[in-house]
Amino acid sequence: MSAASATRSEGRVVSRRPRRRLPGLRSYFWLVVVLLYIPIGILFLFSLNANTTLSFPLKGFTLEWFAKLFATPALLRAVGNSLKVAVASSFAATFLGAMVAILLSRFEFRGKGALTGLAVMPLIVPYVVLGVALLILFKVVGVPLSLFTVAAAHTIVALPYTVLIILARLVGFDAGLEEAAMDLGATYPATLRLVVLPMAVPALVSAWVTAFTVSFDEFALALFLAGKDQTFPVYLYGQLRFATTLPVLIAAAVLLMVTTLTLILVTERIRRR
Amino acid sequence: MILARRAGGPTGPRPADPRRRTFRALILPPAIALALLLLAPLVLMAALSFRTDLSGTLLAPFAPTLKHYVAFLATPAFGRSLGLSALMAAAVAVISTALAYPLAYFLAFRAGRRAAVYLVLLLVPFWTSYLLRVMAWKLMLGGEGVINSVLLWAGVIHEPIAALLYNRGTVIVTLIYVWIPFAALPILAGLGRVDARLHDAAADLYASPFQQFRRVTLPLSMPGVAAAFLMVFIPTIGEYVTPLLVGGSQGAMYGNVIQDFFTRAANWPYGSALSVVMLALTLVLVFIGLRVVNPRRLLGT
Repeated sequence: MSAASATRSEGRVVSRRPRRRLPGLRSYFWLVVVLLYIPIGILFLFSLNANTTLSFPLKGFTLEWFAKLFATPALLRAVGNSLKVAVASSFAATFLGAMVAILLSRFEFRGKGALTGLAVMPLIVPYVVLGVALLILFKVVGVPLSLFTVAAAHTIVALPYTVLIILARLVGFDAGLEEAAMDLGATYPATLRLVVLPMAVPALVSAWVTAFTVSFDEFALALFLAGKDQTFPVYLYGQLRFATTLPVLIAAAVLLMVTTLTLILVTERIRRR
Repeated sequence: MILARRAGGPTGPRPADPRRRTFRALILPPAIALALLLLAPLVLMAALSFRTDLSGTLLAPFAPTLKHYVAFLATPAFGRSLGLSALMAAAVAVISTALAYPLAYFLAFRAGRRAAVYLVLLLVPFWTSYLLRVMAWKLMLGGEGVINSVLLWAGVIHEPIAALLYNRGTVIVTLIYVWIPFAALPILAGLGRVDARLHDAAADLYASPFQQFRRVTLPLSMPGVAAAFLMVFIPTIGEYVTPLLVGGSQGAMYGNVIQDFFTRAANWPYGSALSVVMLALTLVLVFIGLRVVNPRRLLGT
């Protein structure tokens, strides 16, 4: 594909002749991909390895760890907790993110700059600082640490992502459509509900999935803010010390990884349509 | 004051704007959430850093003291740790950006129609659990880990190499590994704005491929490169999880010092002061970074 590669994928700008190439780019790309997948491949391997210590040579193939996983109530509870937190925080972050995105793209008001700054600030505040700050807040207010406190923290850190994703979509489409709806007698809230939100659905789905994955995987904040009810990453961390449970944990993590990836790829499919 | 942004409509204040009530309904929930869960905790943390101890309720009036900040300045180890964390973050950001650049270049100019598929391939590791990827490194580098057991098995070594794990180098390598796919994204966005006809123009003027890259492509993609640097640097400077897992005592970062004060050492006021210092440093660095990068230029608006 020597000539084709000189053509930009969008077909916007077409090079007039095949260019001389910098050598080795393609090999480098594949080398990095292989290196990126080696640790993941190793995790898969060990989730199927019939030995509790994780070393080569492998002892044999087993599905024992996957079976044991479903007989470990604490692990299943932790996964359930993570699901609860991720669902709650991703919905909250998507709702709040949509509100902020509508405000930033459709309204002029005093404090707009402040709102923008606050909404993206969680990207800049180090997680360890936000974690201890929230810990202090919950202690002051007297809110006991629970799944709720974790979900609150996850809502805040997911907010910049949801705002940016939804905002990109809202900025992109014609405000004239809203004009048309209002000229036809729709109230503004009705216009938002019937015109703006339906057009933003792909971005809303994308924002929700992003917020969900941010939360489901989050450890640095959860370690500070989870009470007795642990989320899966916190549980995983707590169990890492015990060598015998490690294969079961890896099996669980592999299963979750496959599930998450499927979820992401399916929603991307839906979004692209 | 709400100004309607109606196409061709009046732009002055419109007190009868039907959107006024909607505005209030829209701004209240996010404003309350951000005030309660972002501003309030940071303000409380800053306040706590000026207190001597946690006696009484946290909201009770107190005589402010600077003793934790004085103690911070008098403890070179903490300052060194913070400086070291900043250096580690800079090293990780520079190396992962440099390693990600050719990937983005390949995707932008050489991958052709399959670029989207290749991009997904690159990002899949990023969508897998962070803790898990770091744990995978531990499984590879540990005393009974993959590298050691393969080398032992093959007879290359007779004792496991302990130096692979639990030091600063391990933390840096692990973080670079984690960030490479992420760093490629802003660079790719930056390269997407480079007009391929400029390459032809350079070639017509007898620029070699290397000169084309050096004089045309690279300068034009610098905003993306700077954005990649910042996007890796910011989360890395406050990192405490990766050192916790693969760093051991030698690889600890400033984030681990803060974490210690809130867990084992249980000295929250002192820990708050350390957090305020870290937050201030991060904000200053980001501010400088944004002056250099100018995100608007990258987004092209």
